[in-house]
Amino acid sequence: MILDLAAYLAFFLTVALSYAVITLGLNVQWGQTGLFNVGVAGFVAVGAYASALLTTPDAPDRFGGFGLPIIVGWAGAMLAAGLVSLAVGALTMRLRSDYLAIATFGVAVVVQLCALNLQTVTGGPFGIGFIPRPFTSFAGDPLLFSLANLALLALVVLALYLFLERLLSSPWGRVLRAIREDEAAATALGKPALRFRLQAFALGGAIMGLAGAAQAHFIGFIAPDNYLPTLTFQVWAMLIVGGSGNNRGAILGAVVVWALWALSGSVIGSVFPAGWQARAAALQIALIGVGLCAILLWRPRGILGERRIVSRHLVTAPKANPSLVNNTPPEIPHA
Amino acid sequence: MPAAFPSSSDTAPILEARGLVRAFGGLRAVDGMSLVLGRGEMVGLIGPNGAGKTTFFNLLAGSLVPDSGAIMLGNRDIARERPEKRIGAGLGRTFQIPKPFREMTVLENVLTGAQGQSGEGILANFLSPSRVRVEEHRAAERARELLDFVRLSHLTHEPAAVLSGGQRKLLELARVLMADPSVLLLDEPAAGVNPALLELIIDRVRLLNAQGRTVLLIEHNMDMVSRLCERVVVMAEGSLLAEGAPAQVLARKDVAEAYLGQVAA
Repeated sequence: MILDLAAYLAFFLTVALSYAVITLGLNVQWGQTGLFNVGVAGFVAVGAYASALLTTPDAPDRFGGFGLPIIVGWAGAMLAAGLVSLAVGALTMRLRSDYLAIATFGVAVVVQLCALNLQTVTGGPFGIGFIPRPFTSFAGDPLLFSLANLALLALVVLALYLFLERLLSSPWGRVLRAIREDEAAATALGKPALRFRLQAFALGGAIMGLAGAAQAHFIGFIAPDNYLPTLTFQVWAMLIVGGSGNNRGAILGAVVVWALWALSGSVIGSVFPAGWQARAAALQIALIGVGLCAILLWRPRGILGERRIVSRHLVTAPKANPSLVNNTPPEIPHA
Repeated sequence: MPAAFPSSSDTAPILEARGLVRAFGGLRAVDGMSLVLGRGEMVGLIGPNGAGKTTFFNLLAGSLVPDSGAIMLGNRDIARERPEKRIGAGLGRTFQIPKPFREMTVLENVLTGAQGQSGEGILANFLSPSRVRVEEHRAAERARELLDFVRLSHLTHEPAAVLSGGQRKLLELARVLMADPSVLLLDEPAAGVNPALLELIIDRVRLLNAQGRTVLLIEHNMDMVSRLCERVVVMAEGSLLAEGAPAQVLARKDVAEAYLGQVAA
């Protein structure tokens, strides 16, 4: 019983962390740069399908199945999603935020429809199965298998977190925030806004692609239904609940919202009779929506808001001097 | 006429606008405007509302592209270069309504003005972190000096959103100075600023000019213009109406009419 629970907890956390990866990607785009990407699911799908095509064994009824190692699949997923983001970004980065939202939503719909209809590449509505899962040698022991997968994903999230924290606090991250706050001013200070936004969009997209691959290999099977706008909505809820602009907030928000989602799913499963469950599942989305509203009312910056001072190397001496006129020479930090 | 203004004719011009035209639909907001700024000069740009001052300013700063005409910065025509290129070439601007990066601290705002930071490339932060660190320390040192210069050091780590209107003007000045521009385009630095801060702004602008920076100032505060500038340029209906010493120009009948005409119309 306890082992079952532990195995389930590990499974739950693994899924939650895979969402955390997507949320971290969205945080680069929205939290830091202010890019209103409402097509998250599309970029996750590109990564999932790219990795699936690269790593599955050769299949007679569709293109590919190249049987490559999982790590190659993951790298390919990042590359594919990054390139798609770059192409989409090159077309849409000049748009104002609301138009960018419409355009990215359209992209996600197109990606999903392609997955559904390009049967010879994507397997159509039946999706792609037999995606190799890491640690299959542990498959006999569900707990060990779950823990190994959890450890892998925790490692991915940790590495990604450290990478993104470094970028967030770098001059690059500072320019992104400046562009988010006021593009005209950033441009006047010599920052080519378009290039920076494109970089952030592509980086965020590549991270979403990585998450798609990680999910695909964890479950072992993907289908177009995994990449409906509901996924985009969930990820947005995660970022807003956790704290937009804060990488820890993104991770925390993913775990909290996924917990709410999974918990409400099992409650609905046990409360409603079988015939009603498909319809009752809509309550899950409603619940997330209510939670989102509550957070926006009580903590508009999210559970963990964006930190005020994020630039690295700036030794903090935030002692506010009450006098308006301050002529004392400032302390200058040394390297 | 030019003989009366030795400062503009003695030295080679650092910035020169030649016959700039910019139309919005049927309205020629800037209609053949020309202007020469000598190195180290401080010139006031005045004119009634709707004269095209801000459009002219935006053409110089690059946020608008002229329909025709040239903008020479040194020996180079920059009229069609993108705005983000100008500050690197030594041409910095401030905005009429200040544009602080609200969610960033005062210090981070100023740091954003730094030019040529290798850390603004993604890879450099991982491939040459020590170089990024050294540059960042150097930039922070200069940013703190500039915050001292505009007397905002007591707000170094506050978010820029808490600043008053006048403090935002000062922050914007420090931010653009971070790029060390040789020509400063200041768009109404005194607008909406309380008298105490106004004196500070006037004093700082004068100091910057004394350091050898060329300044072009749009300003409605005639007292400030008269105190700061040896030469003023009057725009009306998109082109040059008059130029000269402030007292002489303001005494001219056509200048008075340009201001009054706006009331009469």
